[in-house]
Amino acid sequence: MKPAPFTYRRPTSLTEALDLLAQEPEAKVLAGGQSLVPLLSMRLSSVPVLIDINGLPDLARVTVDDSGVRFGALVRHSDLLAHEGAAAAQPLLAAALRHVAHPTIRNRGTTVGSIVHADASGEMPMILRLADGTLTVASSRGRREIAARDLFVGPLETSLAADEIAVEAFVPALPAGSGVAFDEVARRHGDYALCGVGAVVALDGAGSVEHVRAGYVSVSETPAVVDLTECFPDGEMTARTLAAAGEMAVGQLDPESDIHGTADYRAQLARALTARVLKAAQDDARARAAQKVSS
Amino acid sequence: MTMSEPTSEETVPVRLHVNGVTHDIVVPPRRLLSDALRHDIGLTGTHVGCEHGVCGACTILVDGAPSRACLMFAVGAQDVELTTVEGLTHEDGSLSPVQQAFKDCHGLQCGFCTPGFLTTIAAGIRDNPDPDREDARDMIAGNLCRCTGYQNIVASVLRAAEIQREEEAS
Ligand SMILES: Cc1cc2nc3c(=O)[nH]c(=O)nc-3n(C[C@H](O)[C@H](O)[C@H](O)COP(=O)(O)OP(=O)(O)OC[C@H]3O[C@@H](n4cnc5c(N)ncnc54)[C@H](O)[C@@H]3O)c2cc1C
Ligand code: FES
Ligand code: FES
Repeated sequence: MKPAPFTYRRPTSLTEALDLLAQEPEAKVLAGGQSLVPLLSMRLSSVPVLIDINGLPDLARVTVDDSGVRFGALVRHSDLLAHEGAAAAQPLLAAALRHVAHPTIRNRGTTVGSIVHADASGEMPMILRLADGTLTVASSRGRREIAARDLFVGPLETSLAADEIAVEAFVPALPAGSGVAFDEVARRHGDYALCGVGAVVALDGAGSVEHVRAGYVSVSETPAVVDLTECFPDGEMTARTLAAAGEMAVGQLDPESDIHGTADYRAQLARALTARVLKAAQDDARARAAQKVSS
Repeated sequence: MTMSEPTSEETVPVRLHVNGVTHDIVVPPRRLLSDALRHDIGLTGTHVGCEHGVCGACTILVDGAPSRACLMFAVGAQDVELTTVEGLTHEDGSLSPVQQAFKDCHGLQCGFCTPGFLTTIAAGIRDNPDPDREDARDMIAGNLCRCTGYQNIVASVLRAAEIQREEEAS
């Protein structure tokens, strides 16, 4: 099918884009188009005006410093995935981006667009939550920062106002002593996950588990992050404590059945992946600590 | 306005650079790039299957990067270089490594999916001139084929890389 008619605007400055959006609050921003164009083509959505931000090269920058990674609204998934500095500062980014769609889709889809699209089956909204990141949004009224925990308010729904454009996202660097991992089960690599899990595990100086957080893809209505620290009271990851963590996580998730899998199957994947990913994140933390000592 | 009155839709002039040739067309902003290539410019090599980014039949190169032509609007593609399957052939008209490899290895049956595979693989072996079987499978994972079972397409990727290396050596 084809999209319904709309008026197309391609601003050459952010100010112009924000003015257009202020005048026409029903307008939509077009970034990579990898989610919006299918919705328009299937007529699940229609817009009076499309504001194409691809003429704003200032939004295509990635900057990395000690505090973390900042990436603009035109940074494509493929650019962020290939950015070595970003991967070194916060390895969760590359670990999850590898699972976002196929390379051809990643060549155009933007990571910020994926975050604003707020699909709980998308990897990057969850990663922003898990890493405690922020989104900077702008309107003709000014700029503000939204913490990831305040961003995702419902299925495909964020706390952005109608006249706001997301300009960049910030993901904090991985703290010293921590490790990460991400894994998912999909019907085919590159497809949306049946269930995906990311984790950050912090170890203390003696190598004992200090803090554990896990994030979940495709098993809740909004990107879900669960603090699992209390499942490891004596700081050790054993078959028993890992199983308890999986159980606790599943208790806070709300998987749904669809043609690709039942709710029970997704819950079982969440349990199994929790144990696997937490263990891998602990191994990662240990490897980083060893590397630090030897260097 | 009565129902029978035709509604006029806004159209915009669009300049597209396709396979090194500039085309000026006038289309509504909602014209998908895949349709502009096929219907307005007449380059019917780019195929349209699903029209929502899943099948890969419409894959073309946008500034060299494989992209779905059905997920772009023609009006948004003015400042980039587009390469369709028609643009893969060597300048003297002979087949490019991927095209030759598909012929050698029976990489197609009905051929509907083929243009999307050819563009994807052309970029794939440019970026990775010496793929192994696993790389080849990865390269084509975003494209669907209903006929071949993929084995011959994987063989074609490896053969295409081989021909490309031979061409470069000579
Ligand atoms: C076949 C296929 C498979 C896919 N598989 C996956 C997958 O496995 N995992 C995954 O995470 N994603 C997947 N995607 C989606 C892909 O990651 C999209 O690129 C992404 O979700 C949206 O980013 P975009 O830049 O394309 O945004 P667009 O499609 O341009 O926009 C999406 C929405 O966000 C809004 N928006 C975009 N940018 C801004 C901004 N800066 N400010 C305000 N609003 C904005 C738009 O108005 C629109 O509502 C897939 C897509 C396809 C076609
Ligand atoms: S027609 Fe574009 S991906 Fe199927
Ligand atoms: S050869 Fe028929 S769809 Fe691929």
